Amino acid sequence: MFTEKRKNIIAALLIVAFLSYSFFLYLSLPVKNISVSKETSKGKLVWQQYNCNACHQVYGLGGYLGPDLTNTYSLRGPAYIKAFVQNGTATMPNFDLNEKEVSALLAYLRDIAASGKGDPRTFTINNNGTIQQ
Amino acid sequence: MAPSNSKQEAPSRLFIIAALVLLGTGMFWGVTGGLQYLIPGFLKSYLPFQKIRPLHVSSVVFWIIFSSTGAVFTYLQQHTGKKIYSRLLIKIQLIIFSLSVIAILISYCAGIFGGREYWEFHPILALPIVAGWILFLINFIKSAGSFRNQPVYVWMWFTGMLFFLFTFLESYLWIFPYFRNNVVNDMTVQWKSYGAMVGSWNMLIYGSSIFLMDKISNSKNYSHSSMAFLLYFIGLFNLMFNWGHHIYTLPTHNYIKHISYAISMTELFILGRIIFNWRASVSAAKKNFHKTAYRFLVAADAWIFLTLLLAIIMSVPGINLYTHGTHITVAHTMGATIGINSFLLLAIAFDILNDTCLSFEPYKKLFNRGYWLANISLFVFWISLIGAGVVKAKWQLSTSQIPFSSMMLQLRPFFIVFFISGVVMMTGFLCIIYPLLKNNVLCYFKFKTTGKIQTHYYSPAA
Repeated sequence: MFTEKRKNIIAALLIVAFLSYSFFLYLSLPVKNISVSKETSKGKLVWQQYNCNACHQVYGLGGYLGPDLTNTYSLRGPAYIKAFVQNGTATMPNFDLNEKEVSALLAYLRDIAASGKGDPRTFTINNNGTIQQ
Repeated sequence: MAPSNSKQEAPSRLFIIAALVLLGTGMFWGVTGGLQYLIPGFLKSYLPFQKIRPLHVSSVVFWIIFSSTGAVFTYLQQHTGKKIYSRLLIKIQLIIFSLSVIAILISYCAGIFGGREYWEFHPILALPIVAGWILFLINFIKSAGSFRNQPVYVWMWFTGMLFFLFTFLESYLWIFPYFRNNVVNDMTVQWKSYGAMVGSWNMLIYGSSIFLMDKISNSKNYSHSSMAFLLYFIGLFNLMFNWGHHIYTLPTHNYIKHISYAISMTELFILGRIIFNWRASVSAAKKNFHKTAYRFLVAADAWIFLTLLLAIIMSVPGINLYTHGTHITVAHTMGATIGINSFLLLAIAFDILNDTCLSFEPYKKLFNRGYWLANISLFVFWISLIGAGVVKAKWQLSTSQIPFSSMMLQLRPFFIVFFISGVVMMTGFLCIIYPLLKNNVLCYFKFKTTGKIQTHYYSPAA
């Protein structure tokens, strides 16, 4: 069934397909014409610097100790988030973020909230097993 | 298949010894993290969860990387019957990897993170990993010789190594603003890389396991068979294109989700084959259960079935909607990392490190207890995670949602079981690896001073 020639052809086809898929995706990312503020960009780096993803999820991806924060900004507002960030909780430390860092983090969470809805209740399931919002 | 030669294999064996240390370290951080679920605020001022989690994840991922590297080097020599192209390159790679792991673990304690979900460290520390991996590739290509008429495991090793390098580099595309400036774009590329990266180290592990099966059965029929290559190409196809099942709820391109859904379903063929071969597997297991390495292969076989079944169910978007973001995903990860990868790697470790200068006779009972403790507690651990996931899934889809903290309180009984079974599992694994590690470390230094090849064989299961 698999002669040496066939193995090489299948492997080559798969690799070409994978590379084409990868570079096609890099060149046609899902969101185009992005105008992102400096503050939002900085907020993303603050999020990574304090490893927020270790405990919190975005679109259901991340840690499990804290809540998913995808739409927290739009649902609860900045003051609610700020209270947690600046005081911590029984589980979450107070990271002593300065005002600039807090404001950048809020800008980033606002940006995430504007990108879509992460709540599974907002999806419908089709008969073929796919989902849509 | 050439017989093993400890002298030739000594540097590659060191990878596996270092890996066993990392496994112990990873379990320690895992149990500490589990305690933080039970006692809110435990070690919050010194080692909060955002430090413990990467310490655990990186230790365990490096256990996989170190042991599979050692396995490939050792088995490649046994396969070709020749020495590795450059022992010096192996040593340099080992030094680079070891220093990098130490630096990475220290960086977490110092609060320096890469901040990515889930395997992360500062981008600067990724550079030596890439350099070490390139040395690995050079040594492999030069040692393997021609790729003509090679068994399936050589194909698996080579593709696993290539794809690890590609996906590891891809996972750092976020350093360019073009990729990171939008959360949807960033997460799409991130999960493309991580999804395939897991597949790439699985290729290294499964390839080594097939070599080991050949060695135990003393036949190369399977690794040259059409079925082996068919399963390999299905695995490779999934590695390349099924990563989108991690991001069904992300507002990314729909075609990514449809492709992933369709391709994930091809794994049903693998599942069907496991069920079809069940009786043959059970009778082979009965025949070979006295062999230590084989025992771990049997345990991994059972976990492959459970984990694959769960993975296929979770790959249906309509079901994924319920399981996504819950502990059912963690159960899947733990089943794959501990039940499949770690058991396969322990089978390999026992095969490679079984000849030592000291007797293992006194550890026979300890091994047997450890084996069963690890297996039973892993099952309890897995069930507790699924239980926690079901409760969280109900909460996520409830119309009258209680606060997150109240839902977490409801999960507490599951966390208690999860923690206790985690501690028992760590105890079981330590019972298994302690004698192997102790005798090999002692014999390594003896070997260094005397230069004699080791003679006693370790078969505590016998």
